[in-house]
Amino acid sequence: MAAIQSLLRRDRLWTFHGGIHVPDEKALSNGRAVEVMPLPKRLVIPLQQHIGATARPVAKVGDRVLKGQLLAQAEGYVSACIHASSSGTLVAIEPHPVPHPSGLSALCAVIETDGEDTWAELPEPITHYAQLDPTEIRERIRWAGVVGLGGASFPTSVKLNPGPDQRIRTLIINGAECEPYITCDDLLMRERAGDILAGVRIMHHLLGDPRILIGIEDNKPEAFEAMRFALAETDMRGYTEIRSIPTLYPSGGEKQLIRILTGEEVPTHAIPARIGIVCQNVGSAAAVADAVLEGRPLTSRIVTVTGRAIAEPRNLEVRIGTPVSDLIAHCGGYRERPRKLVCGGPMMGFEIAHAEIPVTKPANCVLALTEAETPDPGPALACIRCGRCAEVCPAKLLPQQLYWHARAKDLDRVQDYNLFDCIECGCCAQVCPSHIPLVQYYRYAKNEVWAREEDKRKAELARMRHEAKQARLERQERERKARLRQKKESLDAGPGKSQTDQDAKKAAIEAAKQRAAAKKAAAAKAEETDDA
Amino acid sequence: MSATLVSSPHGSRPNRVDRVMQEVLLALVPGVAAMIWFFGWGVLINITLAVAVALIAEAAVMRVRRRPIGPAIGDYSAVVTAVLFAISVPPTLPWWMTLLGMLFAIVLVKQLYGGIGYNPFNPAMAAYVFLLVSYPVAMTTWLAPDMLAEHAVSFTESLRLIFGGALPSGVEWDAISAATPLDEMRGKLDQGMPIAEIRLSPLWGDFGGRGWEWVANGFLLGGVYLLWRRIITWHIPVSMLAALAVAAGAIWLIDPTTHPFPAFHLFSGAAILGAFFIATDPVSACTTKTGQLIFGASIGLLVFVIRTWGGYPDAVAFAVLLMNIVAPTIDHYTQPRVFGHSGNRANP
Ligand code: SF4
Ligand code: SF4
Repeated sequence: MAAIQSLLRRDRLWTFHGGIHVPDEKALSNGRAVEVMPLPKRLVIPLQQHIGATARPVAKVGDRVLKGQLLAQAEGYVSACIHASSSGTLVAIEPHPVPHPSGLSALCAVIETDGEDTWAELPEPITHYAQLDPTEIRERIRWAGVVGLGGASFPTSVKLNPGPDQRIRTLIINGAECEPYITCDDLLMRERAGDILAGVRIMHHLLGDPRILIGIEDNKPEAFEAMRFALAETDMRGYTEIRSIPTLYPSGGEKQLIRILTGEEVPTHAIPARIGIVCQNVGSAAAVADAVLEGRPLTSRIVTVTGRAIAEPRNLEVRIGTPVSDLIAHCGGYRERPRKLVCGGPMMGFEIAHAEIPVTKPANCVLALTEAETPDPGPALACIRCGRCAEVCPAKLLPQQLYWHARAKDLDRVQDYNLFDCIECGCCAQVCPSHIPLVQYYRYAKNEVWAREEDKRKAELARMRHEAKQARLERQERERKARLRQKKESLDAGPGKSQTDQDAKKAAIEAAKQRAAAKKAAAAKAEETDDA
Repeated sequence: MSATLVSSPHGSRPNRVDRVMQEVLLALVPGVAAMIWFFGWGVLINITLAVAVALIAEAAVMRVRRRPIGPAIGDYSAVVTAVLFAISVPPTLPWWMTLLGMLFAIVLVKQLYGGIGYNPFNPAMAAYVFLLVSYPVAMTTWLAPDMLAEHAVSFTESLRLIFGGALPSGVEWDAISAATPLDEMRGKLDQGMPIAEIRLSPLWGDFGGRGWEWVANGFLLGGVYLLWRRIITWHIPVSMLAALAVAAGAIWLIDPTTHPFPAFHLFSGAAILGAFFIATDPVSACTTKTGQLIFGASIGLLVFVIRTWGGYPDAVAFAVLLMNIVAPTIDHYTQPRVFGHSGNRANP
């Protein structure tokens, strides 16, 4: 009956291959309302919190900055602006440890807060956006530094600009939140459903009126109801549908969610816009609403602080740049010594060595896992070729073969087995009875391939440089010989000094001309290689 | 906190090779119990002996290869190999043959190729075939099922039989042994006897041989358990049994007087055991789903062909080994279409 109904309502859901059921652990943190985290003494705001180029600092060390003031300007098209998340003094722009799998440091703006939290002068709210040119609105979103808040952190303004020849038919709003433990989107949907929809409405306008599908995993009934309730209040019902999708990791993966809601597969190596689809996270939608309707840049986000090592797991509204250690302290500190701190969820997040790193825009979760939650998997055993990994791989890869070739460092073969279609979801490693850290092998292999390509490029460049140098040396040698010959000739020609002088001058001019021509040719060649 | 940053995923992982193998052993219990019930203590003695030899051999090889012994033995894979071997051979097999077989399985077939995960052949089946070819008589002399035997072999008599080759006093081989149903069927068919007449013999139960069919039922129960626990998937067992049944059914329909009906094939010999426990050995089987269907169906067909026209009465071991050879090739040509790729992948 339900099947017939769904057919009639045309809201059929599709499935993707594989996927796994993991204990969702959401009840740990979704029981309390979002709490605003108090202002910390110091904010450490990384200048790159997004995919793309590092933003260029525009505030100077020593400046007094206000909340919402631009600290760093987006540099290039794929980049995002960075704002001060509270008022105070900009005391340094220097490298600091940031949340990154490599554990490396990166350039950060450090603000000593003054406790006032004074807002800078903000741009006018845009309420009549439907009458405005989309470019203007996109410019506002770009200014506000909105990026994908689901974890990918791709600049939202870029995603909302698919180009004139790419008609977008469907806008998908990702409220799946399929990673275990994380509940920040859940709480956001429960508490700010209206703002999310307001943001979605703006996106709808920017993308040329596509239909809208909002996908929410069915383990979040409150969020689903809140969104439905909010939708009923809007004028968006004609083109918007909210769908409850079965809880199955990784249904919130972009390509997986698109498949579930539309039945379409994003072609390999392509972005969803290729098939007329854009996917945005609910958090990004709310941030777009803030930016456009309030003129407020993205200076805070909701972070889930959870795991059984945390005394009181919950969701906090946190200013970007707040140290993770403050968050943990605010949640009552540790209940027991954590075995692992993870930034992000347990399936795709990365381990962090310590909590002295700042919250960034894509940081949706801080996990402090106990020994019981993240036991030592023990030494990896040999692959028994059981195929469990292939059964669960949402990309329909053969993880056992990828592993085999990655381990043998056979970079061509791993690519034959479509290494780059791997979304690093971790399903394979999760079910592997031999406890092989499969994803680690794939990341390693990807890095190796990238490094090899980089090497190739460099080698090619070096070869061209070498050739150019060789040509230059030969030319110089020729010129030197020519000069010698002329000198000799003029000496041979006897004491007619003026004559010699004249000849020498001529020769010098000739040589200079030759040099100039050669330089021009070399420059032309270099330009060519640059283009290539 | 750990010193090195480990890649995701971070949660606890429910599966482990040792647990998988333990489940397999558990699933073997009903079938093995039925075997002991019908064929006496020899079955249990063989299992014990084979397991002991397998573990010692595995430990010794690990020692020689300077690898840690604990994990190799602790994964129970050698135990599974030993049990599968021991229940495939006659319950009266001389002890040194079991020893030889297990050494062959563990040292040559498994460890010389690099240990678990690297062996292209199923070790238990390779050892079985090795012994069958070398000692055909000992390997085909089966005890009669309990209810048909004139003399029930006791525990001590089994021990003396296996370790000393001594028959119980005053008892001839004929009194305790009987042809296996497959042997019986073949022999009589070769003599030109029609099926209806063959089946008059007290050897026969409802589908296969008396006793034997219950052993098969036991393994079937274990197989269903493995499916339920998702230790194996349905692809190999179902395709293998279906192919066997379809082939047997087709020829039976054509000529029911000289061909046994399909259920006989399914419930005789090692068909059920092979389908759920041997052909599904992950290391030596196909790993792609389509590949597994082809792999299973080919084994089923081969079993039928060898049983019907080949030189050996049962064929599961041969069929599995033959398909082990081509499994990598099948895998190669049956790779699934990767998400987001159009058509079947063309490259290797
Ligand atoms: S799940 Fe692990 S052991 Fe099984 S085939 Fe995949 S990599 Fe090998
Ligand atoms: S991590 Fe990669 S190979 Fe493993 S299941 Fe996910 S997509 Fe497949």
